Amino acid sequence: MPEAAIEIESLGKRYLLTAANQRSRQHSYTALRDVIAERVKGLLTRKGASTPRIEEFWALDDVSFTVNHGDRIGIIGRNGAGKSTLLKILSRITEPTRGRITINGRVASLLEVGTGFHPELTGRENIFLNGAILGMTHAEIRRRFDEIVAFAEVEKFLETPVKRYSSGMYVRLAFAVAAHLEPEILIVDEVLAVGDAEFQKKCLGKMEQVSKEGRTVLFVSHDMHSISLLTSRAVFLERGRVAAIGPTAEVVAAYLSHGAGKEAEYMSPANQDRPSITQIRVQTSESGQFQICGKPIRFEFELHSPRPLRGASFSFSIVGADQRRQVHLWTFDSERPMLREAGRVRLVCEITKLRLYMGGYSVTCYFSEPPGGEQFDHVEGACPFEVTMFGQYREFPWQPGSCAYLEECDWRIEKVDLK
Amino acid sequence: MSEHGHKLILESGRADLRYWRDLWQYRELFYFLAWRDILVRYKQTAIGIAWALLRPLLTMLVFTVVFGKLAKMPSAGVPYPLLVFSAMLPWQLFASALVESSNSLIGNANLISKIYFPRLIVPTSTSIVALVDFLISALLLAALCLWYHQFPSWRALTIPFWVLLSFGAAMGAGLWFCALNVKYRDFRYVVPFLVQFGLYLSPVGFSSSIVPEEYRLLYSLNPMVGAIDGFRWAVFGTTAHPDWTATGLGVATTTVLLAGGLAYFRNVERQFADVI
Repeated sequence: MPEAAIEIESLGKRYLLTAANQRSRQHSYTALRDVIAERVKGLLTRKGASTPRIEEFWALDDVSFTVNHGDRIGIIGRNGAGKSTLLKILSRITEPTRGRITINGRVASLLEVGTGFHPELTGRENIFLNGAILGMTHAEIRRRFDEIVAFAEVEKFLETPVKRYSSGMYVRLAFAVAAHLEPEILIVDEVLAVGDAEFQKKCLGKMEQVSKEGRTVLFVSHDMHSISLLTSRAVFLERGRVAAIGPTAEVVAAYLSHGAGKEAEYMSPANQDRPSITQIRVQTSESGQFQICGKPIRFEFELHSPRPLRGASFSFSIVGADQRRQVHLWTFDSERPMLREAGRVRLVCEITKLRLYMGGYSVTCYFSEPPGGEQFDHVEGACPFEVTMFGQYREFPWQPGSCAYLEECDWRIEKVDLK
Repeated sequence: MSEHGHKLILESGRADLRYWRDLWQYRELFYFLAWRDILVRYKQTAIGIAWALLRPLLTMLVFTVVFGKLAKMPSAGVPYPLLVFSAMLPWQLFASALVESSNSLIGNANLISKIYFPRLIVPTSTSIVALVDFLISALLLAALCLWYHQFPSWRALTIPFWVLLSFGAAMGAGLWFCALNVKYRDFRYVVPFLVQFGLYLSPVGFSSSIVPEEYRLLYSLNPMVGAIDGFRWAVFGTTAHPDWTATGLGVATTTVLLAGGLAYFRNVERQFADVI
């Protein structure tokens, strides 16, 4: 038996979060002026610079698993579960804090297609540049140049700066370079999230071919459908730990049913001075705050008021991960009288077919007097839930962010006679 | 870059052990990044090569008028425009290599957060552009020398050494600055100021002979003093030999800068991907 392709032994990665960058981890850099200001303040107060509160955060904690040669393995988990950190360590962008990984074979990672593309350079120049960045030698790129160009279908535009390319051409070219890398181990992170359907099919074909040739593929995606399609085994990460590992179908099922019984709820004690929202619940179609696109979903809101209200109104939005309100729904006292006496009521709103597209959503709601009047209470980002396309087949995988919702429609085809 | 059957072990602190071997393995990436920067530089600016010539020429004009004509500074027998231009060359090399390398890590943030390679490639390959600019303005210097009937002697053979000294000083400071730039994102406002400052602290618009003898040693701590004086000496040969103390001190400070910069860069390098 040959050695494993990747062997991960009790891997851990720690990040240190200071109070400042806990809020927004994207902007976690320090400004020199802040450091200097702190020091000066420290000198003046003679206490020494106040050290910002540093908190440890283990993005990965005691992760172990083995990937054999020729395996196609999927990595799933919610946002922040440690998937990207794992990929970053595997592709050597960052070092592990603990544990050890043994990799047998050349690794290529497609963390994002087109990395290193320069808009001013021509298609030809970018092929060479990108190839070198991805680890190909000059000779290798030259050998495969024609294949890459043919795969990307950009023959006519080889001498055009890529800034004049359409986004489709750009992505095709970028993926074509990456697809011709011929590594023994290929790490893919949602690269397929771009390009048109035709091209996506081509990419999936290429990935299948890669794994049929006995090479190892590590695939990370939010799309349960393409994970099921492309991988035979999967690892489910949760909060930096391995929650499940095994055949893809089983792991996907575990992922979807995970967290059963603990519905995410918003609770707040009733305010005795003013009307308030005391509870929010979202009943998703699946347990674990998973909602399958097209199935019913139910929203429950408990409102409390210490005094009788005249003409209250209530509204809520379903907000996408990009903070855009995708759905806004409301009800008024004039339609259904609410809290005309002090006390507590529950508002229930049911959507029989939630057509929102896959992605993460949360609930933002408002409790107020009729529009223009006083706002009693509002809650933002409550009860996050995730919409997945699981179980809905189509010929190419679902890509995150490709639309806002799916409309119901009837298709028919009519023959057109040419006279 | 590695061969079939290649085995890789990832552990904390392990990257240090194979750093220099990796650097060698990724040399092609170095060529490609340098090639990209050169291509882009001469494609992007509408006047392209003219820019590389115009900058030192205009500065030469201003300095000749201000220092030569208005302040009437001594020029050791060399036509003043030549005196200035011969200093502009190593200075521009130093200044643009320093500025480019300081911004290089931030400018290539998308590469650094997505792909592994020894990060040292980024600031070094970026400063190659400065060398190309230098070669172009060197042609102009040659033309000016002919115009003023100044012909090169055997001393011109030492030019590569002075170029190397300027480049080394730029890299030394550049490594410090680019690492600091990643760590403190507002550091980049400091760099242009330091470069501007350095232009007047170095003997670019004047000959270093005007610096009083007792301050000469202190003045020579600026590595560009040795480099610029040496370069001038190589071109005009006004004295029998270059100022040994200035040269020695220049080499020493450059070495210290480079060694320190390298150590600091290597020290913060592993956090780049996490911070950038």
